[in-house]
Amino acid sequence: MGVLPRHAASAAATFSIAALFASAVTPALAETPGINAADTAWMIAATALVLMMTIPGLALFYAGMVRKKNVLATMAQSLAAVALISILWVAFGYSLAFVGDGPWLGTLDRWFLAGMKMDDVNPVAKTIPEALFMLYQMTFAIITVALVAGAVADRMRFSAYLLFAVGWFMFVYVPLAHWVWGGGFLATMGVLDFAGGLVVHLSAGIGGLVASKVMGKRHGYGTENLAPFNLSLAVIGTGMLWVGWFGFNGGSALTASPRAVMAITATHLAACAGALTWAAVEWSTRRKPSVLGMISGAIAGLGTITPASGFVEPWHGIVIGMAAGLLCFWACTSLKQRLGYDDSLDVFGVHGIGGITGTLLAGVFATAAIGGTSGLLEDNPRQLLIQFYGVAVTLLWSGGMTFVLLKLVGAFVPLRVSLQHEMEGLDISQHGEALQ
Amino acid sequence: MKLVVAIIKPFKLDEVRQALTAIGVHGMTVTEVKGYGRQKGHTEIYRGAEYVVNFLPKLRIEIAVATELADKAVEVITASARTGQIGDGKIFVTPIDHALRIRTGETDSDAL
Repeated sequence: MGVLPRHAASAAATFSIAALFASAVTPALAETPGINAADTAWMIAATALVLMMTIPGLALFYAGMVRKKNVLATMAQSLAAVALISILWVAFGYSLAFVGDGPWLGTLDRWFLAGMKMDDVNPVAKTIPEALFMLYQMTFAIITVALVAGAVADRMRFSAYLLFAVGWFMFVYVPLAHWVWGGGFLATMGVLDFAGGLVVHLSAGIGGLVASKVMGKRHGYGTENLAPFNLSLAVIGTGMLWVGWFGFNGGSALTASPRAVMAITATHLAACAGALTWAAVEWSTRRKPSVLGMISGAIAGLGTITPASGFVEPWHGIVIGMAAGLLCFWACTSLKQRLGYDDSLDVFGVHGIGGITGTLLAGVFATAAIGGTSGLLEDNPRQLLIQFYGVAVTLLWSGGMTFVLLKLVGAFVPLRVSLQHEMEGLDISQHGEALQ
Repeated sequence: MKLVVAIIKPFKLDEVRQALTAIGVHGMTVTEVKGYGRQKGHTEIYRGAEYVVNFLPKLRIEIAVATELADKAVEVITASARTGQIGDGKIFVTPIDHALRIRTGETDSDAL
């Protein structure tokens, strides 16, 4: 397993010669120089895959794990994230994150996509239309916002969620995306985050943890039966997330290339290893491997490999997946109980811990032949330190801003629903609907 | 006329229905219920959270029969619903004051 440098070089050479020959003998196609049809086709597919991860992937994953009276409200949070964040992304998010490369923030040159022509490209992704790059990145912003809500499932007021989502998108996601991917200071420092270990998972994870602490525990936590409504929905959601992740990590290569394939392979193996590891731990400590454990392990593996996927050998995905299964299991059981916070859907336990683990392991396993950077195992310990720095910045920024935003929103609208409404259920109290 | 109410384990429904049909009882009402008696519940574990579930799913079967048939009905329900394990259920027999078939207006014995 793994790509030997020699093979990669000769394959690339052969392909280039063939391409040159082909372009010499075929008449010029009606294609903009730079924009590549294969890359564009893959990235369109990847965009669709990642959008599917939120709706219905995450919606099902989350909703299946809450109580019946809150299922629709939980799905509403994913739906609202899609609708709201898409428009805000086009309005200013894309521009501030990916246009212009100041260290802190981009520019508003592309607000509402001003001046974007059909064949423009973003310097970060020169072989696909800029509109497509914008759309692809939009799906990442959407799912990150939707992820945070999982920590405070069953108790957040819908209006407060919407306000918080807007603020969190503006002040946490957009800056972070710029710093890591848009040419900001973390990128220039050399922080490796292929597809969102920091920008998506850790930011959402720590945001969720802070939110769960600020908003307090669910009524009945520790005493009442809060068992999942329908785990089969969660399993279906997991399947969609797993397959969608092929677009999440594979698409982060921004090209239809061997790199994308390496990323996808590492991703898939990490999911498998994560699922098996979590199941194994449960089997040995609790006598039975649960289905919830298997899907949690898979998601843990997927989240953890995310930052490393385009930088490591595929087999590293197995190791990283195993680490994810172990650490996230520990976080969702021991750590949570010991620290006494009610992170309803384990956003911190899975995505937060997974994001930290994956980002650091990227610094360990990074392989120059795959992603152009060496990690600890290839005698470059400095990369690991850079990764620590990225983790620290993300923890502080996302954690701190989440706290500020919650306090700000809470000054205008109560963050939680009333106790009466919480007991009645969010479906009926927030949306006037109920599952029959 | 007697109302025979039986709480049984859910998987026994078909056997009980067939046994009752065999003795001439051709109608029943079935509800999904939860309950416990001497059968203890079970523990469910979801990630870090453990829940002891005391209430177990059961089925409540109600049949209205002529008084003469009540004992036979109780006998066949008992025989078909029994597994010998704790939690097999219970049967209660209560008198019916009046009965009426809605479609035709037939009353009492003609309504059963």
